[in-house]
Amino acid sequence: MEAVAEHHYTSTGLNSWKVGFWTFIGSECLFFGTLISTYMVYKGKSLTGPYPEEILNIPLTSVSTFVLLMSSLAMVLALDGVQRGSRSRSLLWLGMVIVLGSIFLGFQAYEFTHFVHEGLTLQANVFGSSFFVLTGFHGAHVSVGVIWMSTLFLMALRGKLAPAHSLKVEIAGLYWHFVDIVWIVIFTLVYLIQ
Amino acid sequence: MSAQPVQTGEQAAEAHGHEGGHASARFYVMIGAVLTVITAVEVAAFYIPALASVLVPTLLALSAAKFGLVVMFYMHLRFDSRVFTGVFVVGLILAAFMVTALTVLYHLLPPYGTT
Repeated sequence: MEAVAEHHYTSTGLNSWKVGFWTFIGSECLFFGTLISTYMVYKGKSLTGPYPEEILNIPLTSVSTFVLLMSSLAMVLALDGVQRGSRSRSLLWLGMVIVLGSIFLGFQAYEFTHFVHEGLTLQANVFGSSFFVLTGFHGAHVSVGVIWMSTLFLMALRGKLAPAHSLKVEIAGLYWHFVDIVWIVIFTLVYLIQ
Repeated sequence: MSAQPVQTGEQAAEAHGHEGGHASARFYVMIGAVLTVITAVEVAAFYIPALASVLVPTLLALSAAKFGLVVMFYMHLRFDSRVFTGVFVVGLILAAFMVTALTVLYHLLPPYGTT
């Protein structure tokens, strides 16, 4: 009975939650598209420093990119664990997503603090304005994702994340992977193509 | 006027097949390894001076490959309904067009009034 209540199928045969969430992800593409466009428009147009080539730390960001990619792997393994009804695997991999997401946020906090000490702030130049707005909104999305994963972890801990509830984890996973693909684009356009 | 038989949502789901088939855990780990290798190649390419002339297209291609792998396999679009792919791709194409158009306008075309 619970499994029936969990799945809301539309007349197309598609789950209404997934249709709604994919539509949200489509709209998020446009949201990040505007932020990336702004960064690209202002790229190389700063009149005063610090400039990107002076301040961006590629080795550090490469490690944080690797961490976020591995969190995506942990996310699909968590979904696999929930679908198989394995509480221990669900807890392990959801916990890994939370830890890796938090490490990514830690790297970002370190990077932002370092930049401010070097004189790059929101008001310093157009690179600072567009960089902090773009990566800050991405970081805010990661933070929401970590909170979301923490609620799923607590549900799993209390034994309330049965295979019948796997759709909850699948939708949270779609959000997490979307945040990951946005970072793939940011890492290339902002950090590697200077 | 004869009434058409009405399908309920669940009947339609049965008829079309439930969306959301998934791969095995081992396959996901393999995709994770490929993503790691591509990231390593991207960073290596950044540091190799000989690749400077082809760096931008190389990085864009590698980034697109990573993007595609995550969307197809981790987000399950490879196995899911094409309606989800359509909804996502419409937003993605509009966003890509906006980024490309503005980049060309501000960086490749001469400033307005100078031609």
